[in-house]
Amino acid sequence: MLKFLAKRLSATVVVIALISVSVFMIFSFLPMDPAALTCGKACNPVVIAANRHRLGLDVSVPVQYGRFVKGLFVDRTWGEGAAKFSCPAPGFGYSFNRHECVTQLIQDAFPVTFSLAIGSFILWMLLGISLGIVAARKQGKWQDKFATAFVVAGVSLPVFVTALLTFIFGIKLRLINPIDMGRWVSPFSDPVGWLKTYYLPWIVLALFSSAAYTRFTRSNVIETSSEDYIRTARAKGLSERVILRKHTLRAALAPLLTIAGIDFAVLLGGAIFTETIFNLPGLGRLSIRAVQIDYDLPVILATTMLAATFVVVMNLVVDVLYAVLDPRVRVG
Amino acid sequence: MKPFLEVKNLFVSFPTEDGVVRASDDISFTVARGETLAVVGESGSGKSVTSLAVMGLHNRKSTNISGQAILNLPTGPVDTISAAPEVVRKLRGKAMAMIFQDPMSALHPYYTIGDQITEAWQLYNDGSKADGIKRAVELLDLVGIPSASKRVKEFPHQFSGGMRQRVMIAMALVNNPSLLIADEPTTALDVTIQSQILQLLRDMQKEFNMAVILITHDLGVVAEVADRVCVMYAGKIVEQSNIDEVYYRPDHPYTIGLLNSIPRVDSIEGRRLLAIPGQPPSLISLPPGCSFRPRCTFSSLVPNKRCAIDVPDLDEKNSAHFSRCFLTEPQLVQLRTPTGVQS
Amino acid sequence: MTEPVLKVEGLKKYFESTSGGAFSKKKVVVQAVDGIDLEVFPGQTLGLVGESGCGKTTVGRTILKLYEPTDGKIIFQGQDITRLSRKKMKPLRSQMQMIFQDPFASLNPRQTVGALIGSTFDIQEITPAGGVMKEVQRLMERVGLNPEHYNRYPHEFSGGQRQRIGVARAIALKPKLIVADEPVSALDVSIQAQVVNLLEDLQQEFDMAYLFVAHDLSVVQHISDRVVVMYLGKVMEEADKADLFSKPRHPYTKALLSAVPVPDPVKGRARERIILQGDLPSPVNPPSGCVFHTRCWKVQDKCHTDVPQLLELSPRHRVACHFPEPA
Repeated sequence: MLKFLAKRLSATVVVIALISVSVFMIFSFLPMDPAALTCGKACNPVVIAANRHRLGLDVSVPVQYGRFVKGLFVDRTWGEGAAKFSCPAPGFGYSFNRHECVTQLIQDAFPVTFSLAIGSFILWMLLGISLGIVAARKQGKWQDKFATAFVVAGVSLPVFVTALLTFIFGIKLRLINPIDMGRWVSPFSDPVGWLKTYYLPWIVLALFSSAAYTRFTRSNVIETSSEDYIRTARAKGLSERVILRKHTLRAALAPLLTIAGIDFAVLLGGAIFTETIFNLPGLGRLSIRAVQIDYDLPVILATTMLAATFVVVMNLVVDVLYAVLDPRVRVG
Repeated sequence: MKPFLEVKNLFVSFPTEDGVVRASDDISFTVARGETLAVVGESGSGKSVTSLAVMGLHNRKSTNISGQAILNLPTGPVDTISAAPEVVRKLRGKAMAMIFQDPMSALHPYYTIGDQITEAWQLYNDGSKADGIKRAVELLDLVGIPSASKRVKEFPHQFSGGMRQRVMIAMALVNNPSLLIADEPTTALDVTIQSQILQLLRDMQKEFNMAVILITHDLGVVAEVADRVCVMYAGKIVEQSNIDEVYYRPDHPYTIGLLNSIPRVDSIEGRRLLAIPGQPPSLISLPPGCSFRPRCTFSSLVPNKRCAIDVPDLDEKNSAHFSRCFLTEPQLVQLRTPTGVQS
Repeated sequence: MTEPVLKVEGLKKYFESTSGGAFSKKKVVVQAVDGIDLEVFPGQTLGLVGESGCGKTTVGRTILKLYEPTDGKIIFQGQDITRLSRKKMKPLRSQMQMIFQDPFASLNPRQTVGALIGSTFDIQEITPAGGVMKEVQRLMERVGLNPEHYNRYPHEFSGGQRQRIGVARAIALKPKLIVADEPVSALDVSIQAQVVNLLEDLQQEFDMAYLFVAHDLSVVQHISDRVVVMYLGKVMEEADKADLFSKPRHPYTKALLSAVPVPDPVKGRARERIILQGDLPSPVNPPSGCVFHTRCWKVQDKCHTDVPQLLELSPRHRVACHFPEPA
């Protein structure tokens, strides 16, 4: 087991490193010049060259990458003399657009994304799985048909449509205030405020994701119900409720939990549409702004690597979890 | 002393899009404690359907069941067909137990066998999990699983096919059932393992004084373990008697045909198998009259083409030997040779 | 003395695979077939029996080069085909065919019966006199199917009928050897006899050799001329049918025969029953010495260490045992 974990962890590190290299390289091949974007109207070649030096873009790409990696472990400084400043380790660099250390930006944005992710995750799992179980048990009846319609709608509607519609209704019905949404509210200091901020975005994301889980649950439960060991359980004299809970669901939901883990990890990297539409200052909004508007390499690099790390680590967690659930997968 | 199980005029049918499938048609038999009844038939004969009805394992919404399946319990008789589902459920795993064909898939892959046996025990006994595991180890020992106290913590996939079937048997016996239904218990097993399991079933029957119904298509297995036999074809019982009668004095063309068509390890050199022509009928559209007539080589011996018009009753041709056929006893005697079954 | 259609010498087939769970992978070698010799003569049936893991199915498939042999020799009609490439094997395949066990899985559900049987001609680029369709219909009739059902799909037939389709496909090119791998095990009892009789009739008509692989000893006894008993990849005993079934000399054969239930209650009650203890060992980790020693009631020290050779103890009767049963 330990050998396995060690192998997987080292593979994880390699993947993340490769991703960082890829992002760096993509950036270096793009025709735009970050230095030219830094100075607005009062631009002339001298200022641009000075900025280029300040940004550290006047050295070769490998050196840039080397400095970046060093910044992950050691404090890094920019500029000279009076204009000197530094970002403590672990540092992903400095955002000249935002005048902030990237790590700080991430630290500010992450709680928002995490709140969004955790709430919608719980909501969509509860909704999706319960609906799926009902649909499976009432196969062919109206409950099942309703659940199927829900699935089709949920899967077909793009998330930004749902988000926009919800947002508009939210404004019209005065349920939300866009300005308030832009501030971070801590659930520990202001739980009600926190809930008020996030409940509509949660509903949007939950509607979007639960459809797929309804479908998975429904088909897994139907399939598991026809397995021989369920017939054995019935022959033993167990009640239908016990059979559903202990036998059917345990087998049917195990594969689902592993998919759910990955979905959650993806969401941790930032829900771009939802955050943008609801004006939530999370990682999604941070990254899309860095790409579309600011062309801010350090931020893009950081958010991409973070998102990748979440997924890769979760992959590992999910594999271990599956072995806990299904004894056949463990050491033979 | 009444036999433990009395099945009377049991009908089981399933309405489907293409028509009504008459899976079990007017089935009646009894089984006493300490006795083994074999229900023999091929696929589509209705042999499993009948037993599932006795156990109350059919989906009541999609199945039409009528008739009686009476368990003569010490507390009084209970008809599992007409009793409330909750009442029948509480008899399953206690008064009556069932084991199935494929031990590979009949156990839950995620729970240890100790847990699964304990679950069955705790359903009807007050006791802690530790007590349950103790009982499980006792039973695993009884059914011949070596190192029972170690293996009780293992998972089904860690057992071989034969061992898994032993586990199934242990689980079925945990609450001392009076009736055990074994549905093709050895069909999926190798022949040397099969003889171990059949021996085990015989021993367990004696140990627990159970009534046993053995469902199978294998006439060799039947000869080995059964006291009485019901031969089923297209949902009906076509012959019913004690074991020696059926094998040495079969009274139905289907039984005669089956016995003539199976190869035997101990048979005479050069005997050609006398195959029954044709195929079993669809249970949705049965032929008029006797269901076996299209394949019967002797229906011409019955006057007035009666076999194509009327369905024969299950008549007592000889003492305690029933057959559903219009042929008379003297005619049937002629169809078998004195030294065995040939025609 | 006629030449055998098929001669196999020292055939071995090992499979490599990985075992273990998600967290550790080990390379294991499954010794499915571990050195066997066979001979099948024209118009004769060699029965190959054994239980799970004995390797009989692997033997059948390796002989037809569906698997590449790990070691040994396969000589078909006097020609060594062991190392023959796929290209060179192709013309020979018309002479060696297979009938499979599962009538539901072995037919392509998207092809009509006519196409299924006819494809054998197309693959070998042979056009029978009168055309493919006529020949296919003739074959269908010969195996007991209605030739007018030429355009039907497999799912429209019963299990027994599907097996007949498989037989028609196998005999289409009049092969000299047919490997029948459990051809009747998946069929209902009353249908088994029909297919067995059909196979016997066809054998006589076309003078074909059969390698009949099965676990059902009753069927093997009926159809075979000579029988080979396998256990964990090795041959335990080999003899003419009458000899093997009346005077088995290997303890495994004896136990196997005594375990087969006979449809005869009085005989069954009177029979000496040898019940083997324990399970079939896994072919991944076969026992040392004699592979049967873990379950043999006659086991002695020698059996743990020395592999018994297959010796001819009486004419045409070979046994691999250190302490065979008396004649």
